[in-house]
Amino acid sequence: MSDGPSLPVVLARVPTFALEGVDAREVTVEVDVRRGLPVFTIVGLPDAAVREARERVRAALLNSELEFPLQRLTANLAPAWVRKAGASFDLALAVGVLSASGQVPAESLAGCAVSGELSLGGELRPVRGALAIALGCRAAGLRRLIVAPGSAAEAALVEGVEVCPVPTLARLVDMLHGRWTPDPPATVAERETSLPSAPDLADVRGQADARRALEIAAAGGHSLLMVGPPGAGKTMLARRLPGIMPPLSLDEAIEVTRVQGVAGIGCGGLATQRPFRAPHHTISPQGLVGGGARPRPGEVTLAHRGVLFLDELAEFTRPALEALRQPLERGDVEITRGQISLRFPARVLLVAAANPCPCGNPGDRCTCSMVVRDRYRARLSGPVIDRIDLVCQLAPVSAVKLAPGAPPGEASDEVRARVLEARERQLRRLASVGIASNAEMDARTTRRQVSLADAASEPLADALDRGLLTGRGHDRSLRMARTIADLAGAERVGREHVSEALAYRVGA
Amino acid sequence: MTSSCDACLRRGYLVGLLAAPIAGLLNDRRRRPSEVLSLDDAELAMAVGGSSKDEALAFLAHFDPRRARADLDRAGVDAVCVHRAGYPDAVRDLGDAPAVLFCRGRAELLAKVDEEPAVTIVGTRDATPYALDVAHDLGRGLATAGVTTVSGMALGIDAAAHRGALGARGATIAVLACGPDVAYPRRHRELHRQICAEGLVVSELPPGQRAYRWSFPARNRIMAALSRLTIVVEASESSGTLITADFATQLGRTVAAVPGRVTTRVARGSNKLLRDGAPVIRDAGDALDELFGIGEQPRLSVEPPDLDPLERRLLDGIEAGLDMDALCAFAGLPVAQARAALAAVEARGLVRRDGLSGWERACG
Repeated sequence: MSDGPSLPVVLARVPTFALEGVDAREVTVEVDVRRGLPVFTIVGLPDAAVREARERVRAALLNSELEFPLQRLTANLAPAWVRKAGASFDLALAVGVLSASGQVPAESLAGCAVSGELSLGGELRPVRGALAIALGCRAAGLRRLIVAPGSAAEAALVEGVEVCPVPTLARLVDMLHGRWTPDPPATVAERETSLPSAPDLADVRGQADARRALEIAAAGGHSLLMVGPPGAGKTMLARRLPGIMPPLSLDEAIEVTRVQGVAGIGCGGLATQRPFRAPHHTISPQGLVGGGARPRPGEVTLAHRGVLFLDELAEFTRPALEALRQPLERGDVEITRGQISLRFPARVLLVAAANPCPCGNPGDRCTCSMVVRDRYRARLSGPVIDRIDLVCQLAPVSAVKLAPGAPPGEASDEVRARVLEARERQLRRLASVGIASNAEMDARTTRRQVSLADAASEPLADALDRGLLTGRGHDRSLRMARTIADLAGAERVGREHVSEALAYRVGA
Repeated sequence: MTSSCDACLRRGYLVGLLAAPIAGLLNDRRRRPSEVLSLDDAELAMAVGGSSKDEALAFLAHFDPRRARADLDRAGVDAVCVHRAGYPDAVRDLGDAPAVLFCRGRAELLAKVDEEPAVTIVGTRDATPYALDVAHDLGRGLATAGVTTVSGMALGIDAAAHRGALGARGATIAVLACGPDVAYPRRHRELHRQICAEGLVVSELPPGQRAYRWSFPARNRIMAALSRLTIVVEASESSGTLITADFATQLGRTVAAVPGRVTTRVARGSNKLLRDGAPVIRDAGDALDELFGIGEQPRLSVEPPDLDPLERRLLDGIEAGLDMDALCAFAGLPVAQARAALAAVEARGLVRRDGLSGWERACG
């Protein structure tokens, strides 16, 4: 440089994160300040929102009574080939400018990542995916994460990273100068442990068959199809399924929070309830499994560790249902876009509902002709039905059951207690295989882990002989029989358990 | 094992040989099948004309009855000709009675229709569940009373009637529009096998023949002729089922109908028959009254073997069309046990899946 060494090059590096799926990729913001015409250039594949950060950063600095250097500023977001989107780089850019212009001590930023959006007044705003960012922080070996107070509770769920909630840019400068210390956010130990307040099964009158099927589904993680006329209460029952499933474990809760944080639907802290997602049947394949130019999680990912409810199964488009095949089989979704390939978690309990026929009238009051019914059934068959373990029948609700004096159904708490006990039995048995529920057993595990009492295999053999069952159906029935036995507290699977499982199965 | 004279056998095979050209003839000129089928062998050959004529004449000259009989034996098919005792007199009433009936199964059922009247049950292929239920119950009820059920093994009503009869271990005759060894429609392969084993499959066409458009009305005339009473369960106004009803009327047989929902398009034809004065059939009892006179019905009881009281109650509940919850209440069982009991009766073949989640009574 012709100006000589009297003006040393000042360069700042601030780590921040860009979201890719449910993961956060580390991005380093480098800011270079040198003499020249006062311009502020951002390079490194920024999108429009990132370029607009210039105006927010300038206004936020000036409104916080900090200096915005009237020099030539160049900011680079590295690695340069990763596309950067959104306003979450604001804070890193502002801190970079502050550091490069000597307004904060460079050493105070060592091992420290920042993530946040700025208001023109200099306040920090929360960003999406705080939990994913904190996890990225830990993976990158960064000790400290500075975020807006609104993101802090979520980010603080990750142990080993010191999360600093900072309300404004001015406070941030104070903190970096050691003049102010933020209050630490609530930690995991203090998180609310109250049980989920999902709707209660006691609200449902009658429907003994569906209740039993829900209990088996919850106990073993088996997918369920409910068939019944409109108004019988399919949606009502499905909504009550998360409430009878075991509460989320800490690891599961973190997975759920991470997904919800990335999708921007989180509650701010740790998720306490299993998600329940009921996408409308007009949903596109991308909406269901995730996708788009900048891949976003789909409904099957948002329902991760919870319930995915497909009401009116026959009305979903075939491409949408086809797209569900992979996630239902593997428990995750892989999306490839250009240079990147993303993996979204998608371990769901699938619940579907359908009318018995297009007119929806029960049994002998049905007015559909055979052709219409055949066509309807053909539309139902396919990728999703193949994955369904149980099918149950809902009765049209009678006036007697709905009368004000009618006894309420069994409450969710009681059912959940039985489900929990059955789950614990499964955990004890399956711990060595590394899975948690009967539904996850593969063919080999099924054969090894399911021990049949004498004569218990007879109904299976009969069904195979009559051609009512294929090999796959055989294994599926065995897994369900195991769950039914677990609910009954039986060590070995008995004949009655096998028979009941057979009667709930969908097809061959 | 054929009980057919050579001339009739030759005639039967000639119709098979000319099935395709006859189709051309009947499609072009809108003739009724009987106009063609009532022609004698030589006239038939002349009528089809062209290269088919030469082929037919060559066939007539060189027909080898021994080879044909060997062919029938291989296919497990019996041929009963109009000149032999096994041929039902009822079919002789037709002006264009087929020279030979190719049979597969219990051929003795054919002659039996002369001594003990049979009932023909027909209806639409695209039936409502109500009509299917009624057809099934009719087949079963008639079988229980020892009456043979005749139908066409088509989708819908026909199949329900056959199944009802088979379920009660009764006699049933399927009259096909293709060769008796051909399972058409293909979806009824299993039903075809079962009727061949426990009932009788009859056709005017020799083994291996596919069905033609003309062969459906042609077989309808045989169905109409075989029984004293034809019951139309559900038929639209344009239904081919009404052709059977027409044949039956022309033969002086009784045509009756099951009342259908007046707002249902598929029941318009059958309801119109009722409006025009056809007897009303509500159940097998009405059909028996129609056959034997009121109160004069032979009642035999055929029940599936050794059911315990609980299983019987489950089956009764399923027959009554109860849903799962109602069924549990009816059988007095908690749902888990009711489901287990259902699987047990399913494994014995007494019930089967109906649609996605329902159950229906099946044959034993």
